[in-house]
Amino acid sequence: MSMFKINLRELAKKPNLLLPGHRLCAGCGAPIVVKQVLMATRGPTIVVNATGCLEVATTIYPYSAWNLPWIHVAFENAAAVASGIEAAFKALKRKGRMKYEHIDVIAFGGDGGTYDIGIQALSGAFERGHDFLYVLYDNEAYMNTGIQRSGGTPMGAATTTTPAGTVIPGKKEHKKPIAEIAVAHKIPYVATATPAHFIDLMRKARKGIEVNGPAFIHAFSPCPRGWRMPGELTIEISKIAVDTCYFPLWEYENGVWKLTDRSLAIAKNPKLKKPIEEFLKLQGRFRHLFKPENQKIIREIQEYVDLVWEDLKERCENI
Amino acid sequence: MSVRQRVMGLNGDEAVAWAVKQCDVDFVSAYPITPQTIIVEKFSEFVANGEVETEFVPVESEHSALSACIGAAALGARAFTATAANGLALMWEIVYIASSLRLPIVMAVVNRALSGPINIHCDHSDSMGCRDASWIQIYTENAQEAYDTVIQAFRIGEHSDVQLPVMVTLDGFLISHTLQNVKILPDEVVKDFVGVRKPVEVEIPGRGRIPLILDPENPLTFGPLDLYDYYFEHKVQQHEAIEKARPVIKQINEEYYKISGRKYGDGFVETYGLEDAETAIIVLGSTAGTVRYVAKELRRKGYKVGMLRLRTFRPFPYRELVEALRHVKAVGVMDRSGAYGAYGGPVYIETKAAFYDEDEKPKILNYIYGLGGRDTPPTMIRKAYEELLEVSRTGKIEKKMKFLGVR
Repeated sequence: MSMFKINLRELAKKPNLLLPGHRLCAGCGAPIVVKQVLMATRGPTIVVNATGCLEVATTIYPYSAWNLPWIHVAFENAAAVASGIEAAFKALKRKGRMKYEHIDVIAFGGDGGTYDIGIQALSGAFERGHDFLYVLYDNEAYMNTGIQRSGGTPMGAATTTTPAGTVIPGKKEHKKPIAEIAVAHKIPYVATATPAHFIDLMRKARKGIEVNGPAFIHAFSPCPRGWRMPGELTIEISKIAVDTCYFPLWEYENGVWKLTDRSLAIAKNPKLKKPIEEFLKLQGRFRHLFKPENQKIIREIQEYVDLVWEDLKERCENI
Repeated sequence: MSVRQRVMGLNGDEAVAWAVKQCDVDFVSAYPITPQTIIVEKFSEFVANGEVETEFVPVESEHSALSACIGAAALGARAFTATAANGLALMWEIVYIASSLRLPIVMAVVNRALSGPINIHCDHSDSMGCRDASWIQIYTENAQEAYDTVIQAFRIGEHSDVQLPVMVTLDGFLISHTLQNVKILPDEVVKDFVGVRKPVEVEIPGRGRIPLILDPENPLTFGPLDLYDYYFEHKVQQHEAIEKARPVIKQINEEYYKISGRKYGDGFVETYGLEDAETAIIVLGSTAGTVRYVAKELRRKGYKVGMLRLRTFRPFPYRELVEALRHVKAVGVMDRSGAYGAYGGPVYIETKAAFYDEDEKPKILNYIYGLGGRDTPPTMIRKAYEELLEVSRTGKIEKKMKFLGVR
């Protein structure tokens, strides 16, 4: 059991590990997720970052927003770089050349760097059992390069490579179930989180740091620019994503699935579950779905969300 | 002066694994690919038998192998990997990043033809393809030199003036799988020679001197976005660093001679018979043995031929090359990699460029040879020397680039 207790008064005293002055957009979910994860660190920590918005906007040379050791190498290899750091730490410690008793390694990657180009390195690192936490901040498209579809883009979303055309109305496929792919590796800890449910997120981040072996957190990360919505809706849309069961909150710990936070409440009281339109209607990327001829896509999305939600509830042991 | 050494029957790959073992490497990460595989297999035995304290990470691809080495080296560890051909091609992106992060990783490249068509045998198309990646590149002639050079490579790359990765190449199968007598230095002698990696320190305004590694007490940002306002300066620093490697390579070659009794020319070029030679061949890797054999034979018959083995290709020893060859009338440059649409093979282009500003210079021909492991027997080298002797007599070149041994 984690000894970590969320005490906001104490957390407020902790130095900022991602400093102000970075150039991420107003309303971007990524720095909120990152700050919350870093609030949960327990000691010496090294951050690895895949190429993406977070990397680009926090480290424009000669500036850096990172108040802890940080390394970026490439797009697809954050998990491999983390593997190297984690393994080399063990060697240096064994040889008496490491001044720290332990160093935690946290890797951050976007959906492109995780679902798509980085999944091989991630899967390899999971299989080898390196002790690190990988945090996916999922803004559901390649936002850094200009809103192209990724394996994390949901069905129906308009992106610059899945535009809302007259014949093809946005992305045709559902999101890849990335967190379940992580679970399939039988790693000790996997969880989903959003910046709106921050106590839940910090608790999960701490668990991910504390477990021995790989941990994976799939964090919902709204992108006002790419989702075509006002920046002030980031926290609101995160809540609605959970309330509609589009993005349920759960954790998988040593073989046991559990719903957490608001999703647990929804499972216990299904009346709290909102229709998917509530989530879709706030975002310009789904605007075309509300045309009469595309209503069937909304139904299809709703059916998929329901299917995934029911399936998840069956797996979770705390309801 | 040198110590007593153990003679072992090893192939080139095993010799490399022995060097890595003795260099007290902290981290090894690799992926199997023919003909490199024996290096990792042998090293895995050392790990499994507790003969090394190295952390060995058998990754899921070459791309991850070098990426993991970067993570390890950025933490301050001494890191090694090995690859060949398509494996090197897959890690291409990371090859450039390793040198730009100035991490002194050592990588053995067991030279093999790049696909396609797929082929597992020797040529230099793999390592020649990344000759401008800001890595030091040393081409070895045999298993002994592969062993010796890996040991030297850690000293060269980790030198405070250099801080660059080093690629040590050995010809696929011809060296990697050929059993030779290899003299192995005592463990403690190698350990003393290479020492422990000491990361360089950097002066940070307001923070004093701090080690250039990932250190939670002294946080640094590695690999930031670097645009038109600084990128260029950082690339110029890489130019300066590889230039500074020139005296270091020579110095380490001499220092290594003191402990082992072995040295390879001046560290850059090794020559034979050039003092009075009228024609010469420039060659890299294992074919140097064949060329030397033929040159000796021809000299016995009274022909004034010589040879130059190019050991270090990056940084390119243009001064040494010119000094050694300016008096020669005809030079044949042997390139074991293709030059599609180019003026010639990479060694040929560099050699010709080196002579451009010289008043006294030889006629220079290019021989593309041995692609995909095509055998290069003495008869073929003899034919090249005969042609070069003709050129030295007539001063006329019929064709600048020729394919040796092609049907």
